[in-house]
Amino acid sequence: MRKRESLALAVVSLVLVAVLPALNTLPPSSAFHVPNFTLNLFGKFLTYAILALGLDLLWGYAGVLSLGHGVFFGLGAYAMGMHLMLEIGTQSVYQNALPDFMVWNQVKTLPLFWRPFHSAIFTIVAIMAVPALVGLVFGFLAFRSRIRGVYFSIITQALALSAWLVFNRNEMNLGGTNGLADFKTIFGFRLNQPSTQRGLYVITALTLIAAFLLCRWITRTRAGKVLVAIRDSETRVLFSGYAPANYKLFVFVVSAVLAGVSGALYAPQVGIITPAKMGVLPSIEMVVWVAAGGRGTLIGAVVGAFGVNWIQSWLTTSYPDVWLLFLGALFMSVVLFFPDGVVGAAARLVDALKRLVPSRASKPSVMASGSGHPRSEPTSPTPLQ
Amino acid sequence: MRLLFLLLLVAWLAAPAASHAQSPETLKALADLVVDDGDKREAAVTVLGTTRDPKWLEFLGALRDGNVYARGQGEAAEVVIGGAKSTKGDQDVIDIVTAYGRRPLGTVPVAGLTEIAADRRLRIAIKPFLDADETRGQLASLDPETRRGAAMKLGHQAEASAASVVEAAIAKETVPHVRHALEEALALIRLAESDAAVRVLAAQSLGNLHSFDAAPALQKLASDSAASRAERDAAALAIRQIERWSLLVRTVETLFQGASLASILLLMSVGLAIVFGLMGVINMAHGELMALGAYSTFVVQNLFRARWPEWFDAYFVVALPVSFAVAAAVGVVLERGVIRRLYGRPLETLLLTWGASLIIQQGLRLWFGAANVDVSSPRWLSGGFALMTGLTLPFNRLFIIGLAAVSVAGMYWLLFRTDRGLTIRAVTQNRAMSACLGVRAGAVDAVTFGLGAGLAGLAGCALTQIGNVGPSLGQNYIVDSFMVVVTGGVGKLAGTVLAAAGIGELNKVIEPALGAVFAKVAILIAVILFLQRRPAGLFATRGRGAEA
Repeated sequence: MRKRESLALAVVSLVLVAVLPALNTLPPSSAFHVPNFTLNLFGKFLTYAILALGLDLLWGYAGVLSLGHGVFFGLGAYAMGMHLMLEIGTQSVYQNALPDFMVWNQVKTLPLFWRPFHSAIFTIVAIMAVPALVGLVFGFLAFRSRIRGVYFSIITQALALSAWLVFNRNEMNLGGTNGLADFKTIFGFRLNQPSTQRGLYVITALTLIAAFLLCRWITRTRAGKVLVAIRDSETRVLFSGYAPANYKLFVFVVSAVLAGVSGALYAPQVGIITPAKMGVLPSIEMVVWVAAGGRGTLIGAVVGAFGVNWIQSWLTTSYPDVWLLFLGALFMSVVLFFPDGVVGAAARLVDALKRLVPSRASKPSVMASGSGHPRSEPTSPTPLQ
Repeated sequence: MRLLFLLLLVAWLAAPAASHAQSPETLKALADLVVDDGDKREAAVTVLGTTRDPKWLEFLGALRDGNVYARGQGEAAEVVIGGAKSTKGDQDVIDIVTAYGRRPLGTVPVAGLTEIAADRRLRIAIKPFLDADETRGQLASLDPETRRGAAMKLGHQAEASAASVVEAAIAKETVPHVRHALEEALALIRLAESDAAVRVLAAQSLGNLHSFDAAPALQKLASDSAASRAERDAAALAIRQIERWSLLVRTVETLFQGASLASILLLMSVGLAIVFGLMGVINMAHGELMALGAYSTFVVQNLFRARWPEWFDAYFVVALPVSFAVAAAVGVVLERGVIRRLYGRPLETLLLTWGASLIIQQGLRLWFGAANVDVSSPRWLSGGFALMTGLTLPFNRLFIIGLAAVSVAGMYWLLFRTDRGLTIRAVTQNRAMSACLGVRAGAVDAVTFGLGAGLAGLAGCALTQIGNVGPSLGQNYIVDSFMVVVTGGVGKLAGTVLAAAGIGELNKVIEPALGAVFAKVAILIAVILFLQRRPAGLFATRGRGAEA
């Protein structure tokens, strides 16, 4: 099983990291050419998948549902965006060293908290450190006082609302409603060059693989087992002598960092970051990716992030009115009929097929890879606290 | 110009005597109107207007409208007002009346008359007299608000000549707040007079009346070095009185706004809290159920407007139960249809209801359009109750406070004084045990969910009176009401009431200092810190049920 799983992982990685960018470099006349637009779109989906992995680790494994992950995504994206804004320098519309929106808002000098973002190294550290710090403080307060279940979800939703409100304010000097946009270069490379976009895509794909391996490693350690135990009965874990709050805090911070990294990769590829990406609605959409893909399986998170966003980019262009209806219906039907998502449903299908063919029943499915999720009774999914 | 001033002075002195008859001044002015000299004509208008004689003002109105003619030539010319025109034979003829008193002078050929054209300058000169006359006329209006508005306008103009009119109005006035406005206007007029003793009295009077409008004038007087010491002292004292009063008014106003916000939060959270207590489910579609209630109100309003316009003001009374029923019906369908399949899995129910909320929201958007719809207030909800000088409590806000109180009282009665309430409480405390004892837990769930949804609809109906009605109506308030429920604790009515009051008041108290956005953030931080002390809210369930 290990061997097969590793093989599948290697093949998918190769396709994502090497084959797609290679096809992108083919001349447009070629039948196998992948257009820049598609590659860019895939890059965006991959960043979402990184976030979904963290969210899945938190929700699918530890049973903590966060409705505020847009905040961490936004923090990472803004950290990156601030560096990119400063990199524009005097190439901006107003040819002022300050970002354009500060010129509009009559800000004369660069605010103090912007200054360190001149440094690329500081930015890369901040991309992970800022979400981690916010996650640490928020999670510490929440888990210490044993806020859990629905309470925790509501509090994180309020966090998303507050962050959205605050980032919308012009006096925060973060671009207000318009956010940060109009980036020109990233670490010296011009963003409008296809090669830069390709490079970003490859970095994103590599990051996703690294994140996947990290999450898989976490779920397979002792701590990962404790997380699952917390999900299934926190009280029992507590009485067994573990401190669930510490474990939950750890996984919350990890998922916040992943969200931050995801945001940081998102900003240069999409070219804009606004508060609208960190509000209540986007935060809860992130939960849909995980739910639809199949929580409790890391593959599920990736599949969900990819699948839902693909459908979204198709529906919002072809039938904009239907998108929200579809999203709502998807949510309801997933919760009602496929509680373990597409991946879980597929695994069940495979199991059912195997029962029909007894000779090969000894081998478990490939699709359930990376999962420490106890699925003893496939027909009734584990209730989550 | 000197001539103008002289004329003005003469006219002003002569005004009382001339008000009921044609004095030599007015006759001269009338003659001047015929002359082709802008200054003289303007002076003439001033003379006539200053008489404040309704008949002369009527004449000025006719002059402005271009209905005044001169009959004859030069010194002998007679000024008349023209009326209906007609054709007699091959001649155009016109009915004419006298300039003063409109006595008929018969019908004459148009050709024999010269129109006295009112040019722009003349019309500008006429306007203030007619306007002032209108304002003074409004003092006798039957509508108290019109009278009050006229009084305030006269106070701002502070024309000495208006004093007598205002005094007369005060004597007749019966409505207290209009009387107050009239007294304020009188004092403001007096404050602008030249006699120092009168001004001192006026300043004292303004201080006692807590007149906010007078503050600038009083400030000016207090720092006026030409004024006497007594005047300056009186003005300074009055300013202190007014400032102290304004502090009081601001405090009461903040408290009232807090109570108003609290009542809105309470209306929304009561239903949410009861469902949460019973099923451990946060109903994310609660906001959309509110929107459904609001749109039901909109539909009822349109129905009344189309079918029974004469009963339009009553639509709101009908809309209240209708919005309750619509939201409750949708709530029951939601509960029976999908939510009951997910008991014991609160997080999944949360996601499910959120999915439902998206569908309802988008459905409303597709059906009614994305733009806000217009819900007008019935007449009995517009206006307000004048609690004290400078503070009027709007009726719609008062109504919502009342509605929230009634809803909570109704819920209390239902939960603690009826058999149905007993079963609801039993299921809330221990579902399995209640079911064993013969309580039909499923039916209780449906009824409770319907009740919670209905209360959301009621809240939505109430919100139409104070905010915009659009498909995303629910989104604006829903997170706040979640905070109330979380702070209040599971399924405790008292906790919800206290939490709503606390969050509402705190929000409005810190809002002036922090601004609306940062006040909200501060509330979130406050709630998180509060939950450090009491993780399960204000009134936590204790004992065995707590860890369910």
